[in-house]
Amino acid sequence: MSTPAGSADRRRLRPAIGLAALVRNRTVAALSLLLLAFVLGIELARPGTVNAVWVSNTILFAAPLGILAAGQTLVMLTGGIDLSLASVATASAYLMATHTSHGGVAAVLAGLAVGLAVGVVNGLGVAVLRVQPLVMTLGTGLMTQGVLIVYSQKLLATGPHVPAFIVALGSGKGLDSIPIDLFLWAPIAALMVFGLRRTGFGRLLYAIGDNSEACLLAGIRVWQVLLVNYTICSLLAAMAGLVIVGGTNAADMSLADVYLLPSVAAVIIGGTSIFGGRGGYAGSIMGALMLTVLNSLLTLLDAPEPFKQILYGAIILVLAAVYTRLTE
Amino acid sequence: MKGPARKDSLAVARVASSEIGLARRFVARYLSLVGMPALLVVFLALTVAIHPQFAAFDAQSLAMGALPLAFAAAAQSVVLISGGIDLSVGSLIAVANVLAARSMENATFGQSLGLAALILLAGATAGAANGLLVVITRVPDVVITLTTGFIWGGVALLILEKPGGGAPDQFLDLGAGTSLTEWLSNALILLVGAVAVIWIPVRATRPGLLLYAVGSDRTAAFRSGIRIGQARLLAYVLGGLFSAVGGLGLTMTTGIGSPLAGVYYTLSGLAAAVIGGVSLAGGRGGLVGPVIAAYVLTLIPADLIFLNIDPNFGQVIQGTLIVLVVMLGGLLTVLRSRR
Repeated sequence: MSTPAGSADRRRLRPAIGLAALVRNRTVAALSLLLLAFVLGIELARPGTVNAVWVSNTILFAAPLGILAAGQTLVMLTGGIDLSLASVATASAYLMATHTSHGGVAAVLAGLAVGLAVGVVNGLGVAVLRVQPLVMTLGTGLMTQGVLIVYSQKLLATGPHVPAFIVALGSGKGLDSIPIDLFLWAPIAALMVFGLRRTGFGRLLYAIGDNSEACLLAGIRVWQVLLVNYTICSLLAAMAGLVIVGGTNAADMSLADVYLLPSVAAVIIGGTSIFGGRGGYAGSIMGALMLTVLNSLLTLLDAPEPFKQILYGAIILVLAAVYTRLTE
Repeated sequence: MKGPARKDSLAVARVASSEIGLARRFVARYLSLVGMPALLVVFLALTVAIHPQFAAFDAQSLAMGALPLAFAAAAQSVVLISGGIDLSVGSLIAVANVLAARSMENATFGQSLGLAALILLAGATAGAANGLLVVITRVPDVVITLTTGFIWGGVALLILEKPGGGAPDQFLDLGAGTSLTEWLSNALILLVGAVAVIWIPVRATRPGLLLYAVGSDRTAAFRSGIRIGQARLLAYVLGGLFSAVGGLGLTMTTGIGSPLAGVYYTLSGLAAAVIGGVSLAGGRGGLVGPVIAAYVLTLIPADLIFLNIDPNFGQVIQGTLIVLVVMLGGLLTVLRSRR
């Protein structure tokens, strides 16, 4: 699915990975400053909080959100949205946890299969039948949740069990306090940033988000791109579900529900337009980190849960408003 | 979302210009008018076939069960018609619900009615806040209402931490009792009455026309000199008002306040609106279809219980129904554009 790019294009895009790109891309730089301000705020509120362990924990908690946001970034770049992410993550975790008797690999594959199935259905609905992504994914999310509940009630005898390697993935630290889930998140992040910037598939996503009609006229098989895109998104959600259940060590029916809004929020904070065609994953990473830091700040201040929810929402509102003003 | 809307309205304009088009449009309108009631009749017949003892009591519990969902569907539909979307409907219902249950616990019937009026006002104000945010910040409706929904969800939890509270029996009877005959429950009267009182004056006058105009083609509406902001604001105010009525209905039918009821009504209300024939692209549909769809969606789990099937399949069926309905709509559009 790669299209040869013009040489001028390639030259301009070559040094686009790594720190230099972060600085050049003003959105991400601004976000970094904001993140720094948050961290400073924490340090001022409770001196001595910010240290290596805190940073490591923050990354540990941010990773599942970051992986979910990766999928959300992909679909939002094409002008879509995926509201079935949370259900897919929950279902994947649950299916994995109830298939451990068949061995670890089979269990993980069972989880990922959920992502594949829902992703293909989403993709077919959105790409072939042109259903609005919001409605399509809302519907498949409901279906996934319903099927999961029915499934769970058929399984009273063998309860879910989270295997040790998943727990390690979701809550463990290795190699001198590096969170293990970073070893999953970092490659995904690298692939995302690289893939979006330098591969034909990545550029097709931007093109479709910008003007899908023009893409169609230019001979792009839009439906194939979208189908693959929604499938990748759901697969990422399934992976995130495994990380989340590793962190909580208990698979339940509402495991990933709390991640749905943050996954959208992280992408919006990261500067990706909800209309598609603009943005990137680097911003979403910052968004995920920022939401995680904010969450820990509020926990530090001992804010009650509903109050946290209100403030969280208010901050997203303000950021979204500021962005729209700046990018219009 | 802008693209398809423009294309649709172009198609409408083209169709409307020919005689055959007029006939087709008549059929389409006729279908949407008859289709939903027909679906409800089919489902009711099915219910009676499965459960021959179907009596006044069942009819009443159906009306009570569907009451909040029907208002959620109405709230969502008004906003959808104006070309927006309101994902805060469920949270607003929850806020109205817990406000009522908290404040009316030790109130008299008269005081309860006064409080109910205040809650309606609060609902309309919250809707106005949504509308103002959408109009002023120009952030997409989805983002604004997703986050305000989150905020109102938090507010509901602050008002009432866990399910509880109550209201005087006389007040509850407005939604849970029967006053005329056994078969005509108060819940049904309340639903028809509230929708008629709020919607008919709007629909029959200029503001209603503006809602449809803005929803079907915002640019065209703007060029015709319509104040787009005002029309969209109106839609959100009506949405907030309907949500508040739904919250009061929830209090009446359940007798308590439950701060976490929100999510269910946002999604199911949207489902009912879509199944009831309201276009997500805006400008099409009414309130009758969605309200009837709310009844159908409430009947499904009930039927499953009668059939001794796990009622949790209800959610699967509900999701499948949404997907199938919109897929069918999508398929028809694709086929039409091929021709």
